[in-house]
Amino acid sequence: MTPVPMLELRGVSKRFVKGLDLAQKMANLLGAGEREEVVHALDHVSLAVNEREVVGLVGESGCGKSTLGRIAAGIMEPSDGTRLWLGQEVSGLPAAAARRIELKIQMIFQDPFASLNPRMRVADIIGEAPLAHGIVTRGEASQYVADTMRRVGLDPEFARRYPHQFSGGQRQRIGIARALAVKPDFLICDESVAALDVSIQAQILNLFIRLREEFALTYLFISHDLGVVEHLSDRVVIMYLGRIVEIAATEELFAKPNHPYTQALLLGVPRLEARNQDFAPVAGEIPSPLDPPPGCHFHPRCPHAMPKCREIAPELVEIAPGRMSACHLNHAA
Amino acid sequence: MTAAPTLAVEHLRTHFFTRAGVVKAVDDVSFTVNRGEVLGLVGESGSGKSITGFSLMGLVDPPGRIVDGRILFQGQDLVGRSEADWRRLRGNRIAMIFQDPMMTLNPVLRVDTQMIETIQAHADVDRQSARERARAALAQVGIASPDERLEAYPHQFSGGMRQRVAIAIALLNKPDLLIADEPTTALDVTIQGQILFEARKLARETGMAMIWITHDLAVVGGLADRVCVMYAGRVVETGSTTDVLDHPAHPYTDGLIGSVPSRNRRGQPLKQIPGMTPSLLDLPPGCAFRDRCGYADSRCGVSPETEDVGPGHGVRCHHPLATVAA
Ligand SMILES: Nc1ncnc2c1ncn2[C@@H]1O[C@H](COP(=O)(O)OP(=O)(O)OP(=O)(O)O)[C@@H](O)[C@H]1O
Ligand SMILES: Nc1ncnc2c1ncn2[C@@H]1O[C@H](COP(=O)(O)OP(=O)(O)O)[C@@H](O)[C@H]1O
Ligand code: SF4
Ligand code: SF4
Ligand SMILES: [Mg+2]
Ligand SMILES: [Mg+2]
Repeated sequence: MTPVPMLELRGVSKRFVKGLDLAQKMANLLGAGEREEVVHALDHVSLAVNEREVVGLVGESGCGKSTLGRIAAGIMEPSDGTRLWLGQEVSGLPAAAARRIELKIQMIFQDPFASLNPRMRVADIIGEAPLAHGIVTRGEASQYVADTMRRVGLDPEFARRYPHQFSGGQRQRIGIARALAVKPDFLICDESVAALDVSIQAQILNLFIRLREEFALTYLFISHDLGVVEHLSDRVVIMYLGRIVEIAATEELFAKPNHPYTQALLLGVPRLEARNQDFAPVAGEIPSPLDPPPGCHFHPRCPHAMPKCREIAPELVEIAPGRMSACHLNHAA
Repeated sequence: MTAAPTLAVEHLRTHFFTRAGVVKAVDDVSFTVNRGEVLGLVGESGSGKSITGFSLMGLVDPPGRIVDGRILFQGQDLVGRSEADWRRLRGNRIAMIFQDPMMTLNPVLRVDTQMIETIQAHADVDRQSARERARAALAQVGIASPDERLEAYPHQFSGGMRQRVAIAIALLNKPDLLIADEPTTALDVTIQGQILFEARKLARETGMAMIWITHDLAVVGGLADRVCVMYAGRVVETGSTTDVLDHPAHPYTDGLIGSVPSRNRRGQPLKQIPGMTPSLLDLPPGCAFRDRCGYADSRCGVSPETEDVGPGHGVRCHHPLATVAA
């Protein structure tokens, strides 16, 4: 029997309506016929993350990673689909129970600066939520903040400083401390090391690895960096233009990518070990999510595209135990 | 006898005289780039990569200036040249591309207008043949349907396409040296692969010398023939890509490579360099890496000079790591 996933998304879609700007509205008065555009940021996405698992989510910019992360974190509502925590649909729960779940899921962002209030002292940034949610009392708060800071490698001496007085790596630690302070079970990291230098990135990744052990955490780790995802994840999810195209155990995915897009990604990425690399790039641009190609979204760039790829979107199906892919090649008769 | 290198930088120092003190952004940097060669200039944020690039283009603005050293371009020293001289060289014999292609592109001008102007600024060519050259340059960087693209504006392009157009503009006058400052950092993996592919092809086919500035060791590994590793305004290690990446001799290079996830066992803690890069403002004397270095001793209070640990493999360290010959 498979365990109940910790967090599950079922058939989640997200559409953003891009309203008309002033110039377009004026143009319409003159009969230009500009219409509102709809971005399909997520198109029927299903994903389950098991307890204590690290799932890496990879894809190029605009493919919907952050949107998926925000919906998983409960800070954005899906247009369609359901979200389950330990098998229970969250939207059906009483408000208090739903709030408890939202605290269990914390998100850590790419740009630590943009996500930290510049006018708040570090002590308040970290201590505010645990106090508000009754995790600590006012009397315990400063000790609790100091402990949390130490856990993420920050000197509690700096508790009274403001975010701008820290380096990028330290700010990311503040963001992590803020998330940890509410005792989450599940961390969603959205490009959390992308803005950091290699040597600082290694320090933060090590912190994530250590915290995973220390607090038995589960992660959804979003990154465009295949090397980072390969290192950290148990399973990897590949997205392309609003859809999941492949899910596999990390080693299998890197050893034997199934989906042509995954194959292209792995070939195009520079590798430290390679010399005089033949970058063998996949041709073409990433299409606009405003107007995705019909059928398989990857077909205009796919070297294996067949006539039916232009018409029918391949479903994400299990092609081997624990392995999913969305490509017609797997079903060629 | 070997041909003179396209570029020889000797003991270059570019300092910023700020109110808070002197920032030694580039401090005694030397390297050479030969015809048809790609030199990778790697380092972490603030290590002086871009200011090195700007210095080579005569683009350092006050309060910064080149305070010492020589920039020998095809044997001629460029330090101290007049702005008129620089204008003749820039975009002509030496070209630069940036992380943000809009540093090169003018948003309100059509692509063909910009390209033709660039050609005519340096050569007496009529509009028709200039346009033909512009078209060829777009095709050379892998742009499909160049005729249509010529008539478009930069904002109509994706980021990757804009970067290609910026590269095409840089190539218009067939420069002898191209300086590329993180041109693929903002691009997606598959688009970055396309640009790197074109860059390799260009260096091989045209004999142009290239300096590829990046913080990404993997890009350097796949693209560059030789590498300079910068730390706190200095080149701490230089050599063939294989020497530097596979047999690093400087403790910083070794630590940096060791901290890349692909060099570590999956799921295990990464090797990490402790501490942070130092502020370049009033850097204390001695080796700038010593607060973070596991090999530091009393000798490291004096700044090390660059010494060869193998043919063409230079290291600025009192205690270079043993390098095993390949
Ligand atoms: N106008 C300026 N005034 C004072 N200091 C400056 C100025 N421009 C750059 N510097 C300093 O010079 C040093 C080198 O900067 P540079 O831009 O070359 O770094 P870099 O290696 O290109 O970094 P990155 O990877 O972040 O682009 C930094 O410490 C920077 O703060
Ligand atoms: N608030 C929003 N309003 C309109 N469009 C949005 C919004 N957020 C995201 N999008 C669009 O949805 C798509 C997916 O975005 P995102 O999830 O941020 O991608 P990623 O994180 O993979 O780069 C993109 O086309 C993006 O422009
Ligand atoms: S479904 Fe067709 S176009 Fe899509 S990845 Fe598979 S072969 Fe390529
Ligand atoms: S000179 Fe000393 S401190 Fe600097 S890198 Fe070498 S051993 Fe380390
Ligand atoms: Mg994002
Ligand atoms: Mg720079």
